[in-house]
Amino acid sequence: MLTAIISLTGLALVFGLLLGFASKIFAVEEDPVVDKIDAILPQTQCGQCGFGGCRPYAEAIANNKANINQCPPGGEATIMQLSDLLGVDPLPLNEEHGQHQEKRVAIIDEQTCIGCTRCIQVCPVDAILGTAKHMHTVITEECTGCDLCVPACPIENCILMIPVQSDIYNWKWKAPNDAR
Amino acid sequence: MTHAKPNLYTFAGGLALKGHKTLSNQRPIAQLPIPPQLVIPIQEHIGQITEPVVKVGDEVYKGQLLARTTGKISSPIHASSSGEIIAIEHHPVPHPSGLQAQCIIIATDGKDQWLTPPRYQSDYLNKSTPQLLQKIADAGIVGMGGAGFPASVKLSPKQSIDTLILNGAECEPYITCDDLLMQTHAQDIMLGTEIIMQILGAKQCFIGIEDNKPKAIEAMQHALKPLGKNNIEVVVIPSYYPTGGEKQLIRVLTGQSIPSKAIPAEFGMLCHNVATAYAIYHAIAYQQPLISRIVTVTGSAIQQPQNIDVLIGTTIDDLVQACATDPANIPHLIMGGPMMGYSLKHIATPIIKTSNCVLALEQALSPPAMPCIRCGQCADVCPVQLLPQQLYWYAHAKDMDKIQNYALFDCIECGCCSYVCPSRIPLIQYFRYAKQEIWAQEKEQQKSDHARQRHQAREARLARQKAEREQARAKKKQALKKSADNQSDDPKKAAIAAALERVKQKKAKQTTSTDE
Repeated sequence: MLTAIISLTGLALVFGLLLGFASKIFAVEEDPVVDKIDAILPQTQCGQCGFGGCRPYAEAIANNKANINQCPPGGEATIMQLSDLLGVDPLPLNEEHGQHQEKRVAIIDEQTCIGCTRCIQVCPVDAILGTAKHMHTVITEECTGCDLCVPACPIENCILMIPVQSDIYNWKWKAPNDAR
Repeated sequence: MTHAKPNLYTFAGGLALKGHKTLSNQRPIAQLPIPPQLVIPIQEHIGQITEPVVKVGDEVYKGQLLARTTGKISSPIHASSSGEIIAIEHHPVPHPSGLQAQCIIIATDGKDQWLTPPRYQSDYLNKSTPQLLQKIADAGIVGMGGAGFPASVKLSPKQSIDTLILNGAECEPYITCDDLLMQTHAQDIMLGTEIIMQILGAKQCFIGIEDNKPKAIEAMQHALKPLGKNNIEVVVIPSYYPTGGEKQLIRVLTGQSIPSKAIPAEFGMLCHNVATAYAIYHAIAYQQPLISRIVTVTGSAIQQPQNIDVLIGTTIDDLVQACATDPANIPHLIMGGPMMGYSLKHIATPIIKTSNCVLALEQALSPPAMPCIRCGQCADVCPVQLLPQQLYWYAHAKDMDKIQNYALFDCIECGCCSYVCPSRIPLIQYFRYAKQEIWAQEKEQQKSDHARQRHQAREARLARQKAEREQARAKKKQALKKSADNQSDDPKKAAIAAALERVKQKKAKQTTSTDE
């Protein structure tokens, strides 16, 4: 009886220590869920979700403070990915935050620009080049189409948001069920 | 030497299709007068786009370089005839979108004058492998059977190759350009094969030709005899679609199945089209760039279906006219064959290096789709043993993760599943859509990762600037406080006091002097 208790306790101790050390030594560093959510979001940093950017929105989702359907630029695809990741039911996009649009880029009308630098200050990805009292321009490749520069601009029709032109390099076949 | 291979293999699925080949292969290859205008797209291959080296107004000669490569996987473009460059602008190109892309447009002068006329060199094989590869690259040769991968890149694989497979199967209905090429230029193809084998160091070569091309088989066997090579073999294979697919042809000829995600080179094999071998021979022996190809112009809407030797950049309306057909009378135009081709929206689209067939039909091939009845016929005919039905469900539901679990990217888009579907579901359209959607999503993901980096860099910079400002402010504050503490020692204050003192004295002096 006593030997049984001692041997079992001993075994439990040994294995407990073994497992304890193993969990420390072979610990897998996993991405916290915020990083995973942030990786799915489109990184336009537009703030249409009601948060200050993609990362704050990701944090809000992780803390159950926001729904997964508040990202208009990401649209249906992002909602599907988030629902897969978090194991929640997909929801239709919340239209209060805006509608999913085709990808657009900002273009500055060089004739109209007065060189006020306001757009440069709000661009979340530093995609606008220029300096005070000199014409500014958008690096189209870097523009995420977030729209934030448009309200910042004091001149009317200076910054225009234009849809990305379709060419043979970015053209896609349409889903046959969409066509009908 | 030139016998049918005793043991041929079969692949799963596939279809015995009606060939419609006699429509176009009964006439000899026609020559076209030089068209008044040539429209040459600056991208005719897979890989990086080329960069024009000519400008509007330049006089160019036949064979002159028009656009040079910009990367490793790229292929130069040459002028197909002599004339003047009248524009470098957007023009419809052969692409399923019907969109425009950059093209160099030449108004031909009709003289067809070469920059350096092709001259036969008898010692053409007496060169090192890198020299031969360079010549092939400079001649702008791309795979002419389909995708247009630069030939010089494909001919320098990492793995060692012992078997060359030459593809003369031409399994898709209506198309006969390789058939006619083999009938009329069998010797050049054989010599090209020799060059390819020398470059690769291949020990043997199988030339696979479907048995519905008896004349081509005879011509190729006849051309092989004088070479006296017993390691090259013309193999007659059954006419069965899609035997001309790379992996399918390798399976039929050697019994080797190339698994998913692997390429034939990993098994010591390489596959080239007969037309590519022909172009390689002319590039090496005659220093001739790739500026023309044979194109099948056929279909029920063509009055005189035939094969034509076409200068690259000739537009399809010129081709159709040469076949006694009014370009305005074509209800449905397809680039390529009926199984794998795509509809063309503009008849002014030019022929490029990879255009093998122009198919003009009196009616479109797509009746309305009905719901899937789960009959499973698509899975029976799939030559890659996929489950088209499952792929269809996931493509329909836009579930791009699950569809990849069903090996979507192994689909060769042969069209067998769409062809047999009793509900006429355009399965291939779904798969093409899903593939491109996945590629686009990957690209988007890269872009958004990039945007995240830029955003983080900006945030870090703003935070750093703020910290620096605060630090500077704190420093200043401290300095002020310090000066307030020991005011008496401040040299500035002392200097000001001294100055004030001097002014006072001066004023005092002045007042005394005015009093006097």
